[in-house]
Amino acid sequence: MSDEKDPKQATATSNADGTRADDVTASVEQPAPEVAGPTTGEDPANLPAAPGTTPDPVVVGERRGMFGPSDTGDTSGYGGLVKPILFPAAAVRPYGGYFDEVADALERGLVGSTASYAEAVERVVVDRGELTLYVRREHLPAVARALRDDPALRFEICTGVSGVHYPHEVGRELHAVYHFLSITHGGRRVRVEVTAPDSDPHIPSIVETYPGNDWHERETWDMFGLEFDGHPALTRILMPDDWPGHPQRKDYPLGGIPVEYKGATVPPPDQRRSYS
Amino acid sequence: MSTTQQPHIDTDIYATSAADTAASEGAHVFNAAGGDWDQLVDEAAALHEERIVVNMGPQHPSTHGVLRLILELDGETVTETRAGIGYLHTGIEKNMEFRTWTQGVTFCTRMDYLTPMMQEAAYCLGIERLLGITDQIPERASVVRVLMMELTRISSHMVAIGTGGMEMGATTVMTVGFRERERVLSVIEMVTGLRMNNAYIRPGGVAQDLPPGAIDKVRDIIPLVSRGIHELELLLLENPVLKGRTVDVGYLDLTGCMALGITGPVLRATGLPHDLRKLDPYCGYETYDFDVVTRTSCDAYARLCIRLDEMKQSLRIIEQAVERLGTTPGPVMVEDKKIAWPAQLAIGSDGMGNSLDHIREIMGTSMESLIHHFKLVTEGFRVPPGQAYVAVESAKGELGCHVVSDGGTRPYRAHFRDPSFNNLQAASAMCEGGQVADVIVAVASIDPVMGGVDR
Repeated sequence: MSDEKDPKQATATSNADGTRADDVTASVEQPAPEVAGPTTGEDPANLPAAPGTTPDPVVVGERRGMFGPSDTGDTSGYGGLVKPILFPAAAVRPYGGYFDEVADALERGLVGSTASYAEAVERVVVDRGELTLYVRREHLPAVARALRDDPALRFEICTGVSGVHYPHEVGRELHAVYHFLSITHGGRRVRVEVTAPDSDPHIPSIVETYPGNDWHERETWDMFGLEFDGHPALTRILMPDDWPGHPQRKDYPLGGIPVEYKGATVPPPDQRRSYS
Repeated sequence: MSTTQQPHIDTDIYATSAADTAASEGAHVFNAAGGDWDQLVDEAAALHEERIVVNMGPQHPSTHGVLRLILELDGETVTETRAGIGYLHTGIEKNMEFRTWTQGVTFCTRMDYLTPMMQEAAYCLGIERLLGITDQIPERASVVRVLMMELTRISSHMVAIGTGGMEMGATTVMTVGFRERERVLSVIEMVTGLRMNNAYIRPGGVAQDLPPGAIDKVRDIIPLVSRGIHELELLLLENPVLKGRTVDVGYLDLTGCMALGITGPVLRATGLPHDLRKLDPYCGYETYDFDVVTRTSCDAYARLCIRLDEMKQSLRIIEQAVERLGTTPGPVMVEDKKIAWPAQLAIGSDGMGNSLDHIREIMGTSMESLIHHFKLVTEGFRVPPGQAYVAVESAKGELGCHVVSDGGTRPYRAHFRDPSFNNLQAASAMCEGGQVADVIVAVASIDPVMGGVDR
């Protein structure tokens, strides 16, 4: 079956699948990144529930077929099925738990700094009991400083930065995900996510505020090519200094060689059949 | 071999090359790769240069594996320390993106190879949070996890103390430490089949229930290990040589720890009772009775004392866990058959494998079971899109796992915040201004494991 998708066919297969036809049709016809409407092909009962979450999850991509492998002919008849990949939606007040207090305190803590809360935080997500603040990259240092210094926030420890590469999110391919821990406030945690486009992979460093982030930012530079502006010595840390490329990006191959065993050849892991 | 700039032995393949000399910008380069040390010392002394830069490692018996310390020395005093890492980078995180969620366990267990259960637990708790099944994990599975994690903590601390002692020249500390560790590992081997790299904790529970006799064996070793800990205490705590080497060495106070994000025994040595088992309990740690051990002297001696006392607290937890296992029957895997591995393992005539009952069912009676088994094992299960960060208190500090799913059968991204990686940054702060010999003690008191640092 070709990759050209026919809405009618998708509708038919989704009926066979037991999901609602109109929703799948809507998702097929709408390539826009934000999908309006209450449901988009997923049963809302299966979506992770969080207090105050609006039912408009973010579409970050789409998944074709029902069973994963795409390297063989479509023998199942489900190959034309297109399902959106839905990430948790932006949350609305109240967030629940201590998350409201954290958001309020951050709003107060950013008064008098370079950016207001509304300017700095573009989106708040509450999902699976975790609070995520999507911060515009230019305001990250101000947010980090407020998180550490404001007595009502007092996130003493930044447990490092983890890079994630989303090649499909055009304009925001590279994400830097920071996790903060407050010992003063009994183990509160907050996640700050910052994005940068592949064409301009720069994020301000927060080593000035959290010196312990030094190696973590070097690792993220090494693995993803995110440049942390203002870092005291942004050099490779795990790979050799003259290594070309950034290994954990999705466009960097895993590598490996085929292995022969009892006459059969096992291909390297990235060339094996994927069900994902 | 070039004949230029050979400091001592002409046939030394590790000798300084012309390129080395060019790169060192006129400074003299000596290569201490064996041979006649007096000759080397004489040559260095002839330069009348007090300030030298020493590369300690990456192959050095007292740097805990392949850690490279770049020391700038003024006589015996260390004026600058930099740690060079990456010599054991194996790309585990990248590899995990190409395996199923369950197979990922067998990769992350190899990170910090002294605390395999901790990585497994952090990773599996992360997956369970993504799946939303955290509260469906059977009670018995959580108790078994706690039991295995505390056994692992003891075995890790035993290595920390044992190798730390050996690096100071006390071989008996090492032999006692490893002897006691072996008792713990024999239990772990009995339960999981392996001494390390266990892949025992799985998404949804644990791979296998405890075998018959395991609880008795744990009960047997508790007094033995307790006696071993006491033996170490007698051997170490009032030993004037050890105190001379460790007291006020590797000093890092609370301010320094907070700035550098240090956790674990190094942080608790400053008097702050920070322990994720108390602050942010997981696997039911809030229901166990144990104390968070602290000291206030911020030095290597305090960290040693904390490790000794923490092992005793771990034994307390193990006793309680064993007690509960006797009264908590039940499954050790989540009920959802779309997640739980289809078969329990059993010992057959040709070694360990799927149980015969299960083989009989899938090969003889039920085609559906066979399909289910095949799909779950080859494809794995799908995890709803999103991300989660779960941290556990490893033997070295906060071990965090950030897992991202795009709804597929493989992790989209799995990142581990290894405590050794973070804490090793403190080496500079601990060593600068001290003696060369103190560098060894300070680094040993951080207890870095390069497998975890480099991943």
